[in-house]
Amino acid sequence: MATRAVISIPAAIKANEAFEVRATVAHAMETGYRSSDEGARLPRDLVRRFECRLDGELVFAADLFAAISANPYVSFWMRVGKAGELRFSWRGDNGFEHFETRTLNVT
Amino acid sequence: MKRREFIVAAAVFASLPEAQASDEAMRAAIRAWAGRDPEPGTLKIDIAELVENGNAVPVRVVANEPVTGLALFTPLNPEPGVIQVSLGAAAAKPEFSTRMRLARSQRIVAVARAADGRCWQVGMDVIVTLAACVEP
Repeated sequence: MATRAVISIPAAIKANEAFEVRATVAHAMETGYRSSDEGARLPRDLVRRFECRLDGELVFAADLFAAISANPYVSFWMRVGKAGELRFSWRGDNGFEHFETRTLNVT
Repeated sequence: MKRREFIVAAAVFASLPEAQASDEAMRAAIRAWAGRDPEPGTLKIDIAELVENGNAVPVRVVANEPVTGLALFTPLNPEPGVIQVSLGAAAAKPEFSTRMRLARSQRIVAVARAADGRCWQVGMDVIVTLAACVEP
């Protein structure tokens, strides 16, 4: 199944005014400490890194550990002077990769 | 098994490492991220003081001056690291929010790192009634 991600950005952004960006990706964030019903240790499977770049320049990055809840959620604030393209990436264990892009409409 | 053997075996078993970090492990993780031991400082951790479900606890860390990095650590989760954030030039406020797991009641620690190399930390006690990791 394709990975789902939800990103929330204001529809209209004013130049040089702060706005909040919220991002979630569907992922179990399996810690490696839990056991299945049969008693077998469930192998670790984590999203390790989240990045948000504006036209290639890093705005916000987070290294995630097992203590982050399933479907990892992060929110942060940013400010831009002009329109641009936001690129989000999530990378993790077992080759997990997910990308999203959003265009910022600045008025 | 003789009584003496049992006592020795029990002592060995008791000294096995548990799946739990410690204050020492947390300090080492903080040092690895910040480059040195942070000083006590001003930093806000927004988290419920009494948490019912440790599987997804909303948490927000706010600094009162511009920072380049923020991180969260726990002494009593299986591992000390929670999240380590870097903020770029377009980040408008020195803060972030996420949802974290808490294995038990403990004092979580937030650390900030500024562009000039200063770093400081603050702790916050959280009580957890239903811990993470107990459900299958």
